[in-house]
Amino acid sequence: MPNPKKRHSKTRRNKRRSHDALSMPALSLCPQCGEPKLPHHICPNCGTYKGREVIKSKELS
Amino acid sequence: MRHNRDEKRFDRRVGHLRCMMANMTNSLFLHGRIRTTLPKAKELRSFAENMITLGKQGDTSARRRAMSFMRDKSVVARLFDEISLKYKDRNGGYTRILRADSRPGDSADMALIELIESGEAKEEKKGKTKKATSRKKAEASVKQGKKAA
Repeated sequence: MPNPKKRHSKTRRNKRRSHDALSMPALSLCPQCGEPKLPHHICPNCGTYKGREVIKSKELS
Repeated sequence: MRHNRDEKRFDRRVGHLRCMMANMTNSLFLHGRIRTTLPKAKELRSFAENMITLGKQGDTSARRRAMSFMRDKSVVARLFDEISLKYKDRNGGYTRILRADSRPGDSADMALIELIESGEAKEEKKGKTKKATSRKKAEASVKQGKKAA
């Protein structure tokens, strides 16, 4: 079976991982309660969208 | 290979798919608002709106065509006698899809799809004007920032 000939250095490992970073999701603030929420989504905190459409926040699990 | 397929199958056979869409359409008309995944909601929109269009036609032929899809007499009756009357003055766009959170089990994007109430003003216009104003505001704040600097 083919096997690695040499151990990879920390530098090589870290270089490989340099593009693995996760990016933050775009967030906007709820106009109703000020909590951060996903843009174009119902606010998970207060259950409103564009200042109305109130659903109980429990309904969003 | 069949290219350019635009209908979604949701990993179901045609019969299963049709049943699912019919069931969801019935639920939507019964409850007015249902919670499902975003892709299903988007697919359901076209089925539900077609049914409302049939309801607006209101004749026996339309009723039979609706019946052949929805397969529930009580819901079809409700659609023809109550729901479709609300949309006399509206040409399409009878439903609204709101993006909700994601489902815990598989992080699927969930959405609420609901029938638009007759009293509500048309939203599209509102949205456009709102966007324009927010853009103007942004430009204004940039200008102000320049002045302040």
